[in-house]
Amino acid sequence: MKALRWFLPLAIFLVLVAFLGVGLTRDPREVPSPLVGKPAPAFDLERLHEAGKRLSTADLKGQVWLLNVWASWCVSCRVEHPLLMQLAKANVVPVIGLDYKDKPSDGRAWLAEHGDPYRMSVIDQDGRAGIDWGVYGVPETFVVDKQGIIRFKQIGPVTVESLEQKIIPLVRELQKS
Amino acid sequence: MGTRSSATAARAIIGALMLVATLALAQAPDPVLDARLRKLESELRCLVCQNQTLADSDASLAGDLRREVRALAVAGKSDGEIKDYLVARYGDFILYNPPVKSSTWLLWFGPLLLLVAGGVIWLAIIRRRRGPGRSDGDDDPSGGAAVRDETIAKAKQMLYEEP
Repeated sequence: MKALRWFLPLAIFLVLVAFLGVGLTRDPREVPSPLVGKPAPAFDLERLHEAGKRLSTADLKGQVWLLNVWASWCVSCRVEHPLLMQLAKANVVPVIGLDYKDKPSDGRAWLAEHGDPYRMSVIDQDGRAGIDWGVYGVPETFVVDKQGIIRFKQIGPVTVESLEQKIIPLVRELQKS
Repeated sequence: MGTRSSATAARAIIGALMLVATLALAQAPDPVLDARLRKLESELRCLVCQNQTLADSDASLAGDLRREVRALAVAGKSDGEIKDYLVARYGDFILYNPPVKSSTWLLWFGPLLLLVAGGVIWLAIIRRRRGPGRSDGDDDPSGGAAVRDETIAKAKQMLYEEP
């Protein structure tokens, strides 16, 4: 009984430390998306480069594709941009850009200056499509499979690790199926 | 010719008035709706600045979501339907009041569990103190009181009497 009296507070303390320790390793800014495993929200938006022409999610069915949410005002988009350029060069998977809450002319100028890694970009000027996709921190990247189901979401810039360990292996696997 | 042009002018004026009236109606403050939205938005989290409500946040996304919430409310959606719309996109995290479900049981009932555990420990301690074999004086009028009086007398002696 006496041993328990000493041991119990220590045990409670250790459990608390364990919980807080795990909490420290998590990023509170990364909110798990309820959309992973669900059909990608449909959009039908004007293209950034060919004014008047549109692109809808239905057009993309039957292939694995990435949706990368970006904007000319987005600072961390510059961080991931070189990686997206490499991904485009390697021709692993088509990347569709969603120019989120941006002036189309600014978006075009930004791509002209930094390079355009996108198979195609569409304009979401009022941010409605972004809301449908649960976007809250640009840049965000979604992996969509052949059936149009979202399989993965990256919040914040993609990194070498997330590309090599998560996104590219997942894309390869999805392309096989 | 004069009548015709005046009729056109009258029509234009009426048209303009109607336009003003529609605009005024569209812009008319609706205190009931405003109060409802204010309450609803204060129960929703802004995902950009996560410790602020949608009502308090100046983030651009919060503005967009307020616009969306208002549009849904004007379209006749209930508070529950509006919340469902947002949860489908952003998850339960957008709600300041997490829903009661199996993954949140510990969150909701954990404090109660701690209270019960505390109560059990407290009871056990009380029981042990009152249990047989030990005497703190109060329950034992035969010997305990005598011992206590003796102790008090000794203490008084030590405190007040010059050595």
